Amino acid sequence: MATLLQGLGVASAFSASPSLDSKKLQLRSLSGRKAGIYVVRSDASLNLHTGAPKAGRLITNAVVAKGDSSAASTSSKPGHELLLFEALREGLEEEMERDPTVCVMGEDVGHYGGSYKVTKDLANKFGDLRVLDTPIAENSFTGMGIGAAMTGLRTVVEGMNMGFLLLAFDQISNNCGMLHYTSGGQFKIPIVIRGPGGVGRQLGAEHSQRLESYFQSIPGIQMVACSTPYNAKGLMKAAIRSKNPVILFEHVLLYNLKERIPDEEYVLSLEESEMVRPGEHVTILTYSRMRYHVMHAAKTLVNKGYDPEVIDIRSLKPFDLHTIGNSIKKTHRVLIVEECMRTGGIGASLTAAINENFHDYLDAPVVCLSSQDVPTPYAGPLEEWTVVQPAQIVTAVEKLCQ
Amino acid sequence: MAVSRLASSSSSSGSSLVKPISAALSFTSSLRRSLSSSADDSTTLTIETSLPFTSHNCDPPSRAVETSPKELMSFFREMALMRRMEIAADSLYKAKLIRGFCHLYDGQEAVAVGMEAAITKKDCIITAYRDHCTFLGRGGTLLEVFAELMGRQAGCSKGKGGSMHFYKKENGFYGGHGIVGAQIPLGCGLAFAQKYSKDETVTFASYGDGAANQGQLFEALNMAALWDLPAILVCENNHYGMGTAEWRAAKSPAYYKRGDYVPGLKVDGMDVLAVKQACKFAKEYALKNGPLILEMDTYRYHGHSMSDPGSTYRTRDEISGVRQERDPVERVRKLLTSHDIASEKELKDIEKEIRKAVDEAIAQAKESPMPEPSELFTNVYVKGYGVESFGADRKEVRARLP
Repeated sequence: MATLLQGLGVASAFSASPSLDSKKLQLRSLSGRKAGIYVVRSDASLNLHTGAPKAGRLITNAVVAKGDSSAASTSSKPGHELLLFEALREGLEEEMERDPTVCVMGEDVGHYGGSYKVTKDLANKFGDLRVLDTPIAENSFTGMGIGAAMTGLRTVVEGMNMGFLLLAFDQISNNCGMLHYTSGGQFKIPIVIRGPGGVGRQLGAEHSQRLESYFQSIPGIQMVACSTPYNAKGLMKAAIRSKNPVILFEHVLLYNLKERIPDEEYVLSLEESEMVRPGEHVTILTYSRMRYHVMHAAKTLVNKGYDPEVIDIRSLKPFDLHTIGNSIKKTHRVLIVEECMRTGGIGASLTAAINENFHDYLDAPVVCLSSQDVPTPYAGPLEEWTVVQPAQIVTAVEKLCQ
Repeated sequence: MAVSRLASSSSSSGSSLVKPISAALSFTSSLRRSLSSSADDSTTLTIETSLPFTSHNCDPPSRAVETSPKELMSFFREMALMRRMEIAADSLYKAKLIRGFCHLYDGQEAVAVGMEAAITKKDCIITAYRDHCTFLGRGGTLLEVFAELMGRQAGCSKGKGGSMHFYKKENGFYGGHGIVGAQIPLGCGLAFAQKYSKDETVTFASYGDGAANQGQLFEALNMAALWDLPAILVCENNHYGMGTAEWRAAKSPAYYKRGDYVPGLKVDGMDVLAVKQACKFAKEYALKNGPLILEMDTYRYHGHSMSDPGSTYRTRDEISGVRQERDPVERVRKLLTSHDIASEKELKDIEKEIRKAVDEAIAQAKESPMPEPSELFTNVYVKGYGVESFGADRKEVRARLP
């Protein structure tokens, strides 16, 4: 079991649409830290305006126990242990079995098994056409994935590193994001673009890019970042099932995380965040690898007497302002810890969104710790200094909570 | 009138091969009779194309094209309609009812019409921004065209796409793309999906001589050839990439040869029968052997777009020369009159009808309302997430996404 308490998204069963200025938000506080996992059903059909929600409804309770929606603790079911990349593979494999229109394309995904082994053995199982080895032509194979998605195939495009997808930025921004809009709704692009990004172990500047910021303004796409094997599998499945184009950010250093996940099939909601550790004093918003730095710092903070509430925002676009708002209303202090660039990064957008919507609830300005605005250096100590370290998080919390 | 006299249209020395009139050959038939303009469809005419096909790495199809009077009449009607539509769009643009970019296709109608004649609506066509006539050929209506150009609700993309974003999914028309060359990988993606679902259809991905220098073309071609995708890449070579003549932009303007290992065919794009023959050949070829490049040697009378006069980089003599000698509509007109399928008067009547239809469509389109403000936020996502979005003043436009 991971050392992280895995509560599920506190975006619990609200029936009203989460209008941000309303006082009718229901505050659900997970008072105290309870061991065991809460399964809270979150209604994915938030917006009652469109008639479509029932059709496209995601199963968002974490454990689908044959239609039983009541809370079920996974401690009664043993689950199985695996690494994050295996969880991704499991999710992908299950979706490919379930739906014959799901196909994967990317460099070295087929015979080689994927550069991070996410697609290992899938080519043997599903054939070369469904797990397609492409030449090194990111722009065009992303374009091909989008073209295939226009006809209804659910393509999963793997970028060997998110940085390489910069070459495909035109296709992602202009075609993937915009075609649904410019065609007046005629085309759906149910594509998933996934790949590892972030700062690794001395991989050099071009292979350690934090690109979430570049994609976040593209209208029409959704972005999610996974951080644990549990949410990796759930988000992968949700992304494949989603009718919107989704960019799934993984992190190079997280592929070997081990965790026990449920045996049953589960799909997570793409727009929800995850309550990692409920608390009272300060809300720490984070995602991807920084979650672990935060939890590391949390241990120190707890020893010093602070009670941080840690939320893994998971959904980078759109932000789950419902959960975040509830948390802010409780703690009144926000710290954002992220690996994205300081300028124009996810944290910057989140800070703006929080200030806009929850200004009245803040006792102190939002503090955002991001990685430095530099290309990632090769030298070890310098690379460490590029990203946020737990000591800095502790200092920031102490300052914030004065 | 008895219709069987059409057999006598091979009044030229018994041979059924009639050289089409490329220059002004006045073909007076002593057997001229007045016929109703709805010519019958039972007879087949075999007409030779004006120029032979030049091929690269394959055997060219025969010059003798089989057609019927009905088909020729439909060619005339469609091309005259497209011509009229584009000229009307010209006047609308100058009247400032159409804004932004408006790329007109007059002069190139034979490519759109000939292609349609060779394929079904299950085959896919994808092209760049010069898409009004291709859209019409794929079953779009005049109202949809004009309404979309004027940004009204009755447009094919609900007014949100504009001139460069015409789509008709149910008839296999995938647009309509503004970025030069970006539609080629999309087209290969469509072909990939066709191969995936094994439905024996092909994709025609059109691009211009300017786009022929894009890297993504070669990337996509490589992949299409690697996996034997049923993609036919059609280079509509109108000899000018916006303002740059092809010899100034391309070291090798033999675009049909640029595929290297992919066979190519050079076609006289102003001869609708040649286009039809080439596309038929291409479809059969692509279903068996993989991609093919068709280079359509064509010409546009207007400038690159409405903001380009079109005369700074070419002489007016050149334009009028082509119009006199190679105009596609005139060519069919002469074919029709020389084969006694229709008289001059009938053709003029058809043109009058077309003019009326176009005027009516414009009037109807002008009455169509502008999109509602709430339409700003629809179709951004397929499945929305209920977030509220509003305009700058937070009052006027408030909508839930989507």
